[in-house]
Amino acid sequence: MVVMKMKFSFQKRVKLAQGLWLLSWCTTVASAITFTLGCILKMELRRRAEVMDSGNIHVVPNTLMIVGLASLGINYFASKICQDALDAERFPRWKNFLKPYFAASCFFTVLMLLAVIMSYAMKGSLESSLKVGLKNSIRFYKDTDTPGHCYQKQNIDYLQMEFQCCGNSDFRDWFEVQWISNRYLDFSSKEVKDRIKSNVDGRYLIDGVPFSCCNPSSPRPCIQYQLTNNSAHYNYDHQTEELNLYLRGCRETLVSYYTSLMSTIGTGVLSVFLLQGSVLVSLRFLQTAMEAVVGKENTEIETEGYLLEKGVKDTIMDLHQPGRCTVPHICLCSPPSSTLPPQLTSIASDQPVSDPFFSAARSTSSSIPTVTYPRTGSHPVL
Amino acid sequence: MALMLIKFDLKKRVKLAQTVWFMYWFAVMAGVLVFSMGLFFKIELRKRSEFMDNNESHFLPNLLILMGLITCVTNAFGGKICYDSLDPSKFAKWKPMLKNFLVSCMCFNSLLLMTALLCFLMRIPLQFTLTEGLKNGMRYYKDTDTPGRCYMKRTLDLMQIEFRCCGNDNYRDWFEFQWVSNRYLDFSSKEVKDRIGSNVDGQYLMDAVPFSCCNPSSPRPCIQYQMTNNSAHYSYDHHTEDLNVWKRGCRDALLSYYGSMMNTIGALVVLVTILEVAVIIGLQYIHSSLSTLANPEDPESESEGWILEKTVKETFTDIMAKMKAMGKGSKVEEGGEAVVATVS
Repeated sequence: MVVMKMKFSFQKRVKLAQGLWLLSWCTTVASAITFTLGCILKMELRRRAEVMDSGNIHVVPNTLMIVGLASLGINYFASKICQDALDAERFPRWKNFLKPYFAASCFFTVLMLLAVIMSYAMKGSLESSLKVGLKNSIRFYKDTDTPGHCYQKQNIDYLQMEFQCCGNSDFRDWFEVQWISNRYLDFSSKEVKDRIKSNVDGRYLIDGVPFSCCNPSSPRPCIQYQLTNNSAHYNYDHQTEELNLYLRGCRETLVSYYTSLMSTIGTGVLSVFLLQGSVLVSLRFLQTAMEAVVGKENTEIETEGYLLEKGVKDTIMDLHQPGRCTVPHICLCSPPSSTLPPQLTSIASDQPVSDPFFSAARSTSSSIPTVTYPRTGSHPVL
Repeated sequence: MALMLIKFDLKKRVKLAQTVWFMYWFAVMAGVLVFSMGLFFKIELRKRSEFMDNNESHFLPNLLILMGLITCVTNAFGGKICYDSLDPSKFAKWKPMLKNFLVSCMCFNSLLLMTALLCFLMRIPLQFTLTEGLKNGMRYYKDTDTPGRCYMKRTLDLMQIEFRCCGNDNYRDWFEFQWVSNRYLDFSSKEVKDRIGSNVDGQYLMDAVPFSCCNPSSPRPCIQYQMTNNSAHYSYDHHTEDLNVWKRGCRDALLSYYGSMMNTIGALVVLVTILEVAVIIGLQYIHSSLSTLANPEDPESESEGWILEKTVKETFTDIMAKMKAMGKGSKVEEGGEAVVATVS
């Protein structure tokens, strides 16, 4: 049984072709926008690549860019096809192109949907990548003289100032790393020697944070050293002092920034996906409706359009085993006798299936309208 | 002898009208651009009005907005005239006022040129406003509990971070103001008492700068306190250390920011003026070519077009003579009235 059969009068076909042409141009613009959104996302992810450990998240913008470009091509051809559809002479030249075209379009449309799903689902991967990346960046903050790490300090400082965050989970992460380079520590001083001895790794750890953690909205000048020592500063209680430093961790800030960016993009691309799907469905209807008209004298007859000639299951099985016949009087290939029910094998083997004239005569007697140009006797047309 | 005489037949006239119509639409869009630049400049000035003592002159952006609007209107009007010029019946109703329209366009053009000049000159008053405004900004930095000034600290910090500058001329300006509020000073400590005693106004001055002056590109953590005391920090010489805090003063930074904006706007207005001159010349050609038709009834006849009917010198003497005649005419009238008055 046919999937979604619809009757199309001549007027309806014309309207369908015109509507489809307009829709395909709109979708072309939409796919260009998808490509641009993919580029924007990739640029934003590249900007903060130093604080990200793995590049797994880049699969989202890459897919968006590929899908955007592919959709441009798909919609361009869709508009060309529907322009030729109403012209009975020009339409047949698209015949061989349409099957691979629909296969490719379905693949890229599904890929678009996958990209949308991934843009929502990859939050966890992003978070773990940022956790490791930020930890490493904070560790190398002091290495401004080591090649490869010399810009780490600058990047972290600008990151913390721009996103108004401090440390990985919060500002206490800075207490666990030595972020002052040994070049600026006076090793002859008692204080430095005490601190270095006080921990196993011999690091100079302080309860202080870099200046980039300071919050400009604080009413008092920034307190960044001896944060846990209330007596070091006048009128200061580190448990209640809220505004002095940024309280949010940079991991949380960056994750929320990127997830909001990706959800916005995902929603936009979802609407492009719906548009693209409707273009493909309309094109399929137009194609099947026009195929019945080709070769006929009167082009203004009413025809039927459908999505799939057989049911979904049958179509999929046909694609897997092209030689299999389920309805012998329509199939024109010579079926392997093992797949036919026993009572039909004798009938099938009697008839010279490869004779095109015989096949043509048989096919016109069927009730389902098919194309009347000579068959190559290979496999049933979908 | 007319200035720049050109012969026109119907085809050429049609082409001229179409070209000038096109140019008028470009000029309308240019007017919209001038309007939006004026608006943008106004918004930028308002954003940082605290550093200009809330005293900044909005004359220039307002003028730009006005000029943009007038440009749009005049050019739309001129475009309509061009459009009608190909239809003799429609053009007849525009003909009488076309000369006055062209003269007013010329005056407006000179105003536009003056606006462009103003754009380049506005830097100078801005410099003085900024110096005063930034000085006050630094003075009120500590007053985060005074209503009306509580956001000065935040605004100044964010500005120093964004524009990568420190102080008015350089970071030493901070040494002259007390920028730590009294609420956070321990008046029982000897150090605080010494500092306050050491100057006439009783202010707590130190050789330190706020954290927003810190330069992230420095290889070492920021040194913002005891900046002139080399022994307070290991391996530090404040004469040679140049990456620690921003070296530029905020006045310079803001001036160059606004200066480049005004230069761009000024250059754009000059371009718009040139475009306006071109459309005026085009319209003058249309006007002159349509008024010198060899056969007024036949629209396909040949005609001549020019910029000025006589040479520049003769036109100038004509205008002078006209003005003198107008002056004499009013004198005669006055004399006549006086005679009438004495008679009656």
